[in-house]
Amino acid sequence: MASTTETLAAPAARTLPRIRTRHVVMVLYLAFMLIPIYWLIKMSLQTNREILGAFTLWPQNPTLDNYRVILTDRSWYMGYVNSITYVVMNTVLSLAVALPAAYAFSRYRFLGDKHLFFWLLTNRMAPPAVFALPFFQLYSSVGLFDTHIAVALAHTLFNVPLAVWILEGFMRGVPKEIDETAYIDGYSFPRFFVKIFMPLIASGIGVAAFFCFMFSWVELLLSRTLTAVNAQPIASIMTRTVSASGLDWGVLCAAGVLTIIPGALVIYFVRNYIAKGFALGRV
Amino acid sequence: MEKTPNQKAWFLVLPVLILVAFSAVVPLMTVVNYAVQDSFGNNVFFWEGLGWFEQVLTSDRVHAALGRQLAFSAIILAIQIPLGVAIALCMPKRGVWASVCLVLMALPLLIPWNVVGTIWQILGRTDIGLVGHTLAGLGIDWNYARNPVHAWITVVVMDVWHWTSLVALLAYAGLQSIPQAYYQAARIDQASRWKVFRYIELPKMQGVLLIAILLRFMDSFMIYTEPFVVTGGGPGSATSFLSIDLVRMALGQFDLGPAAAFSIMYFLVILLVSWVFYTVMTNLDRAEGK
Repeated sequence: MASTTETLAAPAARTLPRIRTRHVVMVLYLAFMLIPIYWLIKMSLQTNREILGAFTLWPQNPTLDNYRVILTDRSWYMGYVNSITYVVMNTVLSLAVALPAAYAFSRYRFLGDKHLFFWLLTNRMAPPAVFALPFFQLYSSVGLFDTHIAVALAHTLFNVPLAVWILEGFMRGVPKEIDETAYIDGYSFPRFFVKIFMPLIASGIGVAAFFCFMFSWVELLLSRTLTAVNAQPIASIMTRTVSASGLDWGVLCAAGVLTIIPGALVIYFVRNYIAKGFALGRV
Repeated sequence: MEKTPNQKAWFLVLPVLILVAFSAVVPLMTVVNYAVQDSFGNNVFFWEGLGWFEQVLTSDRVHAALGRQLAFSAIILAIQIPLGVAIALCMPKRGVWASVCLVLMALPLLIPWNVVGTIWQILGRTDIGLVGHTLAGLGIDWNYARNPVHAWITVVVMDVWHWTSLVALLAYAGLQSIPQAYYQAARIDQASRWKVFRYIELPKMQGVLLIAILLRFMDSFMIYTEPFVVTGGGPGSATSFLSIDLVRMALGQFDLGPAAAFSIMYFLVILLVSWVFYTVMTNLDRAEGK
């Protein structure tokens, strides 16, 4: 009897300190994640003079002036409008072409399917630096330079493969019997696809849309190369401000905080799919 | 799932094919074109053959950039993979705190890359940045814009901050798929914590960890924006990784021939890694199907 209590008590005693180290590690890691973001927010609430003056850990006189500058100055807020315009165009375009293709990959065997699937992956992995110059020349020669559609099309390079892979990962989880039953019931393919199939993979479509949005939103090199004035994204406006002299740190930080907001808003809803999305639907 | 042979499925993939051909094949052909020709302007080109490839392959500048790139990717993997696994093991398994951790950890992944650069550019400054100020307070002459070692540390810490969560989230997803019965069996066998990790958790995470390694390798191999914003590739060319060097060559100096040859070789490396990735993925799918 005594030995039983001992064996039961021993693991409990061993788990207790382990849980504590776990918590410490987690808290330290989250602090490491959050302190840089806190610093950005803190500086966005200060005037430039306060930032460059005394060094403080929190804003002494918090002010929203920096945000006011961005939201009232056309050259700033148009950056957000431009970014959102091409990101939305890209997301819609990517999903529209990726949905039928992902269905084909998940359901049918056809000539060259594996090669095509692999080739899509290589485009997801392609370094934007390789494509920067050819894109610049291609879109200049067809008169699309400095338009939203040029950036949206350029970003399909990595977003269409991403959407196809993620959607395929979700679609293979839907049993094929559903398709067959629907065809027996007399559904045509488009009607079946829109009415029955798409609701079934709604979360997959949401995740794919989220990742298309994110990857287009965070990309700088291609969007900067392909735009000059009219379609200039916020990211590129920010880097140009950095290189200029007499830099206003407060406004720069406020611009940075505003670019984080779209991701931060939806992240809660996709929290369980982040790994799946980054792993191209394969986790 | 058993797939039906159906050649008409080609019609469903045709839009993707056309779109990606336009945004990938056409530009790549331009690159190939430049790689084998030379020009004195006026759009007059003449055949150059493999000259540019030879020049790039023997160029010290490219060798140096490649060396820096490989060193960077190696350091990144050596830090992020073990750290990510450790964090995943420490994460709460379920409940509110699991969600809180997931959301907070994923935040850096969703920040635009240039803002990531801006954040660390500011943090490292001795006058206004928390990290730089603290280090200066400790008596270290911290200057990432002048000291190559400091520049490297900044860029590496920045990447660890930016991407470790991805490894952790992938490893966490792998851990979540382990049935509780395995742990119970281990407890009955009185397995130590290390043995549970070595014989239960690690084998179960193998697939996702391979994906994590490949993704991190690929993304660190083509890193551009973050170091570009923080250091601009400097001091000198201490942090000019392959992409930064390539863009400088192609868009800064308009050395189209060497830049194109460089691009093609870059792309071949990517192709090779993608193939490994693809094989891993399909093997994983097959193992899951069993």
